[in-house]
Amino acid sequence: MAEIVLEGITKRYPDGAVAVRDVDLTVADGEFVILVGPSGCGKSTTLNMIAGLEDISEGTLRIGGQVVNDKAPKDRDIAMVFQSYALYPHMSVRENMGFALRLAKTDKAVIREKVEEAARILDLTEHLDRRPANLSGGQRQRVAMGRALVRAPKAFLMDEPLSNLDAKLRVQMRTQISRLQQRLGTTTVYVTHDQTEAMTLGDRVVVMRGGVVQQVGTPQHLYDQPRNLFVAGFIGSPAMNFLHATLEEGLLRTAVGDLPVDAGLRGRLERADAPRDLIVGLRPEAFEDAALVDPDLPGARFTATVDVVESLGSDVYAHFTEEGWEPATSADLAELAADSGTAEAGGGGHQIITRLGTTTRVREGGRAELYVDTSGMHVFDPRSGANLTRREAAADGR
Amino acid sequence: MARAGKRHAAGWAVANVVVVAYALFPVWWIAALSFKDPTTLTDGNFVPVKWTWDNYRGIFETAEFTRALVNSIGIALIATVIAVALGTMAAYAVARLRFPGKRLLIGLSLLIAMFPPISLVSPLFDIERALGLFDTWPGLILPYMTFSLPLAIYTLSAFFREIPWDLEKAAKVDGATPAQAFRLVIAPLAAPGVFTTAILVFIFCWNDFLFAISLTSTQSARTVPAAIAFFTGSSQFQQPAGSIAAAAMVITVPIIVFVLLFQRRIVAGLTSGAVKG
Amino acid sequence: MPGAAAAARLSAGARQERRLGWLLCAPAVLVMAAVTAYPIGYAVYLSLQRYDLRFPDRAEFVGLGNYAAVLSSPFWWEAFGVTLFITVVSVTVELVLGMALAMVMHRTVLGRGTVRTAVLVPYGIVTVVAAFSWQYAWTPGTGYLAALLPAGEAPLTEQWPALGLIILAEVWKTTPFMALLLLAGLALVPEETLRAAMVDGAGGWQRFVRVTLPLMKPAVLVALLFRTLDAFRVFDSVFVLTAGAHGTGSVSILGYDNLFTALNLGIGSAVSVLIFLCVALIAFAFVRLFGAAAPGSGEGGR
Repeated sequence: MAEIVLEGITKRYPDGAVAVRDVDLTVADGEFVILVGPSGCGKSTTLNMIAGLEDISEGTLRIGGQVVNDKAPKDRDIAMVFQSYALYPHMSVRENMGFALRLAKTDKAVIREKVEEAARILDLTEHLDRRPANLSGGQRQRVAMGRALVRAPKAFLMDEPLSNLDAKLRVQMRTQISRLQQRLGTTTVYVTHDQTEAMTLGDRVVVMRGGVVQQVGTPQHLYDQPRNLFVAGFIGSPAMNFLHATLEEGLLRTAVGDLPVDAGLRGRLERADAPRDLIVGLRPEAFEDAALVDPDLPGARFTATVDVVESLGSDVYAHFTEEGWEPATSADLAELAADSGTAEAGGGGHQIITRLGTTTRVREGGRAELYVDTSGMHVFDPRSGANLTRREAAADGR
Repeated sequence: MARAGKRHAAGWAVANVVVVAYALFPVWWIAALSFKDPTTLTDGNFVPVKWTWDNYRGIFETAEFTRALVNSIGIALIATVIAVALGTMAAYAVARLRFPGKRLLIGLSLLIAMFPPISLVSPLFDIERALGLFDTWPGLILPYMTFSLPLAIYTLSAFFREIPWDLEKAAKVDGATPAQAFRLVIAPLAAPGVFTTAILVFIFCWNDFLFAISLTSTQSARTVPAAIAFFTGSSQFQQPAGSIAAAAMVITVPIIVFVLLFQRRIVAGLTSGAVKG
Repeated sequence: MPGAAAAARLSAGARQERRLGWLLCAPAVLVMAAVTAYPIGYAVYLSLQRYDLRFPDRAEFVGLGNYAAVLSSPFWWEAFGVTLFITVVSVTVELVLGMALAMVMHRTVLGRGTVRTAVLVPYGIVTVVAAFSWQYAWTPGTGYLAALLPAGEAPLTEQWPALGLIILAEVWKTTPFMALLLLAGLALVPEETLRAAMVDGAGGWQRFVRVTLPLMKPAVLVALLFRTLDAFRVFDSVFVLTAGAHGTGSVSILGYDNLFTALNLGIGSAVSVLIFLCVALIAFAFVRLFGAAAPGSGEGGR
């Protein structure tokens, strides 16, 4: 077990393309850190550099206090779980799990004992002598985990280990991985493109985009205090709603009405020399059916047409739309939309997604009045993407 | 509908029969010749009237043939083993490793795949005489393995490319050196491909005629195809046709059996290199 | 200089990989270079010499004299014409037959294995053996096929019939190989695309010409390139069937005769070099004119 320290890690390809730029990150001993971002953001490249499967162009990588930049993967004492599992098809489950120990010339009896123990933990005992081809997807995934487990390495590296499983199994394995990691206390770096996985699994989450780290923090911190538009839009499902706004006479004028700006925020906006055009970000839970809210509560109220109502039992998500709502535009948002595929889906008009109380009586096609709680509102600079509402810029990185 | 389907099926059946007949006609003819009694050899009958094993007995009594058979088997086997070994190493490098000069290797083997062997006959004839390799086993093994190397490299690298990359990464992370990753993970998975390639290379070496008649002068290294061409018959008064046919059958039947046993692999091997490149 | 920096920063893993790559390729490259590059260079050298094996002492440098002798000789041009004829006709026939064969193998359900197996028989047979079979078949006295001809006809002793039989032998032997390559190309045509064309109203022939052929073009070109080069080197069948007599000698036969009958290494080498240049030209033309994806060119960058 060990601490993993990345200092100014950069990956530059011979053709000059930069896949990862100047990443600084300290993964504490026993910590579970998630690298998350859209495809091509450099998260897998970063993981491969930690594993030694790709060269580090610049920067220093330390595992357990030792600089390992120039060490081959085999000398780094790390275990890795691959997206494709990469099980050796010509070896039985037992041989797969024991392969690393065999290479390390471990005593046969010890290998047997360790493999069987890992198999017990992962519920694979009865499959030990089968070939990977005869296992189900979930079982293969567990063998891949087992292969990492038996080695008791300094660190686990996981490259989207759950993305080949179906939804239900994925949730199951997620809990199992989380439990295992806590029990073993092994430093773990986990790559995923799924923000739900990132939020539920990690001690800390690293959001990456275009090879650059956007923000590092606990899941809750990223959710509450996103540093910029990209993080705000990436973290959370359904995603944060973004509205175009103009700052006039101490009020933010938006399509859903004038939103009040409190004294603290006004001060920060003035200090930041905020432009007149801004983007306001509101999470779905900032909205509520006005009929369910005390009319004296401070906040804004507006009326809109109900487009779609999705009732999930515990929650009701209502999509609202209205003539003349203009979408907020910025490079960051365009990239997020492209990544999630919503850019093409379009379907005309801008929508606001809200999470309402289950007792709401809004109906599809009808009109409803909505209440907006502005206390959790974020205000972004459309040009830089920076969040102008954040109180503590120093809170990053824990 | 059903009738059209039946007519369709009948059409395909006829096509199949035509194809099979087309493939087997010359084989049958040479087989028939080999079983013909010397007195009926020239009757031109499609089926032997008088069956006999005499032609076979005759050729196995002459050193001319038995020696050539030993040469053929030995030379083709050795050339195959070496070509497949070298080809496996190079194909692994081509399919799996990053290193400068890879294009050069691919270009070189492509060049040799297209190389006209006759262009090499004159210089090799002179060089081998100078080196004392003329009319020896190594003198034939060398050109055979060289000309089958491109075949081996293409077929094998196509097979290697089908082995998922992650496996090798996994082996490296599991603590294997690149050489161990090759030996313990890739090689066992590549074994079927290697075997297929070996069959193809063996057939290639077995088939050669030009080098065999150009680079040999006596029985000491002459292979069967070349020996057949110089057959005079087991006795002076006998037409060599019967002997030639029998000798031809002896070198044909094992290959056909091999081809039939491993047809699926051979088809895969023949096409993988060419189509996927 | 990012390049230099990167080179200096190659980790142990990458250096190891690079060294292993070179190490693994070295034996193959050495063998191929030693057995082809050196001799072809030596052939060029020999072709510039007067070098008669009967009079080895009189070897002397004659410049391009041998080439002039070859290129002004009617034998070369006849052999060249014969080779070209054999190549063009046999490859054309092979392409058509091979395509038909590939279609049969692709579409047939019943007895698919039998057909595939049968088709491999000609591939497995030694060319010389097949050539002998054809020779006996067509030789009056031993042959069943010759017996079908009017008495006194000996097709192997006349130029055009003999050429036809050489082509027949070549076609028989190599069509299966062509068919297998084309079959692999056919497998690359998605069934759904053909169904879509059918729904769009394309008939069988239109589907073949407008959908199947364009999609399998790379496979066709590779097969054509390989077979063309192979046919241009034709030797075994000619040697056995006619030994190059009656105006049926290919360039390879000419080269062989110059070496072993005339024992003239200088002229023989000049012929060798000329054949090499022809083959290089054909390959170049294929790649240039048709954009044939040379096997291996696609992965060079990887």
